[in-house]
Amino acid sequence: MTISTERGDTAPSRAAYRLLSSEIRVINIGLRQFAANLEARKVPVINVDWSPPAVSDPKIGKLLAKLGG
Amino acid sequence: MAALVNRVRHAFYMDSVALMRISAKVSSAAGVKAAALMIGSTANKNLLRNADLLHADSEDAGANDLIVAVRADDDGAAVEAVKTAETLLDAAGANVGKASEWQPKSLESAIREFPGANLALISVPGEFAAVEAHRAINNGLNVLLFSDNVPLAEEIELKKEARSRGVLMMGPDCGTAIVGGVPLGFANAVPAGGIGIVAASGTGLQEVSTLLARNGEGISHGIGVGGRDLKQAVGGITMLMAIDALDRDPATRHIVVISKPPEPAVAKLILDRVEKSPKTFTICFLGVDQLEVPRNASLVGDLRSAAEHALAGKGIGWTGRPDPLALAARIEPGRERLQGFFSGGTLCAETQVFCKRAGLAVASNVPIPGVEKAGGARPDKAHLLLDLGEDEFTVGRPHPMIDPALRDRMVIEACDDANTGVILLDAVIGFGAAANPAEALIAQLPPANARKAVLIASVCGTDADPQSYSRQRQELSDAGIVVAPSNAHAAEIAIALVAAIRAKRP
Repeated sequence: MTISTERGDTAPSRAAYRLLSSEIRVINIGLRQFAANLEARKVPVINVDWSPPAVSDPKIGKLLAKLGG
Repeated sequence: MAALVNRVRHAFYMDSVALMRISAKVSSAAGVKAAALMIGSTANKNLLRNADLLHADSEDAGANDLIVAVRADDDGAAVEAVKTAETLLDAAGANVGKASEWQPKSLESAIREFPGANLALISVPGEFAAVEAHRAINNGLNVLLFSDNVPLAEEIELKKEARSRGVLMMGPDCGTAIVGGVPLGFANAVPAGGIGIVAASGTGLQEVSTLLARNGEGISHGIGVGGRDLKQAVGGITMLMAIDALDRDPATRHIVVISKPPEPAVAKLILDRVEKSPKTFTICFLGVDQLEVPRNASLVGDLRSAAEHALAGKGIGWTGRPDPLALAARIEPGRERLQGFFSGGTLCAETQVFCKRAGLAVASNVPIPGVEKAGGARPDKAHLLLDLGEDEFTVGRPHPMIDPALRDRMVIEACDDANTGVILLDAVIGFGAAANPAEALIAQLPPANARKAVLIASVCGTDADPQSYSRQRQELSDAGIVVAPSNAHAAEIAIALVAAIRAKRP
């Protein structure tokens, strides 16, 4: 296995700083309690009413995710 | 004769924490040997099968079905327990319906309904987690992936994708983060301040951030990167991005890096990046006391030292520290065994660091380098430190930070162990954690004057947490438990106490 040498203050890394300098707006997928905790602190959050996908094969699911499905 | 009863609810989903709460209640019913409520995914069916909880009739259940599984002393008890589970499920389902307004069914519709969203907090079961994280990253969202059991290859792919899109991929198995003052997942309410933390260890971040908070220092951001980020195969992708981001952040004055010891090549990558920074660093590679670090950094080997260094060298003391000799006087000779039960994995590891430094041979289910792996044929007097958040203790059961019932049972059993004189435990409070981790334990403990072992605890949290650090500390202390001001102090006094008991040998 090789180690990535792409590092340092690259454009993508600079972009990650945007998260630290912006108001956090959260989409919660999974444990409802996490959304409730954020709501209680008045953090903008929307909870996804998630349930396992009809297509339960992760490979097909990933393909669909990449295709935006 | 033992009876196994399964009931399958088709097209029914409830999140795992809600299900585990019900499982815990059903498991404690009369005559029940084991119980689990799980969606019928392939991974869960394997878990149920291995636990002798899967009935042949449930083999066809799918990820959209819920399996209620009970193994009990007899049919009557099993059927009764399944009925209890169904009643609790109906009640929980009704509450959810009442409390929630319309909710989107997918990430894409959430993005449409909620413009400006910038972070996806993902805690779906592990086998579905990577798919949701791919979706989030493809839509330009930063991700905190709380879910565990995500394959390493998926993690690498997700992190590379995130890097190319300029978003942070925190996790998987990232229990906590504090971004812009907002605690995400299991996190504590800490004040805003100048210290940024990047951690490949959830409770490491919690312990250091709360020690700083209780000693008057605040946090700019606490970024969790996931426990495998510093593995050679991942190459510290998220940690390097997080350091870049904190480097640019004017609110961050000093940066604390926390991780288990990384592989040398990855340590070099991190330290090379640190050297380029105009800011100062505390590097805590847990248990590593010797390593060359850049001039703008200092190396520490434990979490308390990390906090002290970030506090510009201010020592964290313990006013009213009890005398180990006085504590040892309460213990009968021969009770020299130390047992520790931790809900925080890094707190268990830090305790091992102190034992190793003191030359006290311990074993652990998650040993640090140089510590023996627990299990197998071992003398029942051997010192034992257990991380109860490991898979072996959490199958079908909530994490001990959410529900410490298993920890409580093990502490009570340790009190009865003829060799044990010292019991260590942690109480990790904060958002997402149990409402009162001390309460049930205290109710079950023998009265302080009848106890054969000394209990030593530390509380990880702040007064701004829902459970309140001071209140939790007071409750433990009122119950005759020694409460140390940090996990490190708890480890030190436990080690001193073991030595003091040993010194009483005739």
